[in-house]
Amino acid sequence: MAPSQKLEVIVASDKPTIVTRRTVDAPRALVFDAWTKPEYIKRWLGPRNMEMVVCDVDLRVGGGYRFVHRTPDGQEFGFHGTYREISRPDRMVSTYVFEMFPDAEAVETLVLEERDGRTTVITTTVHKSIQNRDAHLANGAMEAGMNEGYARLDELLPDIRRAA
Amino acid sequence: MTTATSRLSADDLDATFAALADRTRRAMIAKLARGEASVLELAEPHDMSQPAISKHLKVLERAGLITRSRDAQRRPCRLEPRRLKLVADWIATYREYWEESYARLDDVLQELQGQTTQKEKSHGTVTKTRSHRRLR
Repeated sequence: MAPSQKLEVIVASDKPTIVTRRTVDAPRALVFDAWTKPEYIKRWLGPRNMEMVVCDVDLRVGGGYRFVHRTPDGQEFGFHGTYREISRPDRMVSTYVFEMFPDAEAVETLVLEERDGRTTVITTTVHKSIQNRDAHLANGAMEAGMNEGYARLDELLPDIRRAA
Repeated sequence: MTTATSRLSADDLDATFAALADRTRRAMIAKLARGEASVLELAEPHDMSQPAISKHLKVLERAGLITRSRDAQRRPCRLEPRRLKLVADWIATYREYWEESYARLDDVLQELQGQTTQKEKSHGTVTKTRSHRRLR
């Protein structure tokens, strides 16, 4: 296995997008399957300390998915969406709703580019607004077991209230 | 964490991110990152009326990104780096979520490729090392 690859996260300042890019050491058909089959998704999506308690996939255009993570202290957060385009092995488009913000639907495009047996995974998430995008970045992260973040937020809240 | 906490923080974050979503305000923050500045100094690079500048500063202040001294007569503005750092940390955590996911994906893919190679072996295909091309 190649040493761990660098993940690029590009957050545009003038568009409501998040682009991530990462190269993996496998052909894209395998990556596509790992990305779309519940038996594999369960094993990699999310941090190691979180269990995926729901992993439903109906892989057809118009079909949907729903994933729920459970943190070590028992809190759950889920996200779901609908598949809009499925072109194995190189492209998939789906919607994405983080269930804490049910109105903030985003559209995600997965593109797999293969070269010499390795695949660059490019995800592009387009939110409805820059604010939705940023709330997703921030709150998605918080939900992901960010107790430390919450502790810091609690420290900060009195200051914020004073400033308001 | 409770829902109430996260709702509250979501509102606070909305204010912060909305404040950061403006080019002029980001330029002001960049200037303040080099040290405190007066309203006049902050206004200088921008072709804007004084009320427009004040409005921007109020947005930054409400978002907790800057503070303005109440004592000094010229009321210099100061960056609140803690608030900015909090935002940066949260984005870093989004990155961590995906970095860890990808590290796990690497393992799953390695295992899947191992299985495919095994299958090829059992079918009598010559397989010295796992071959990416054959899998395509």
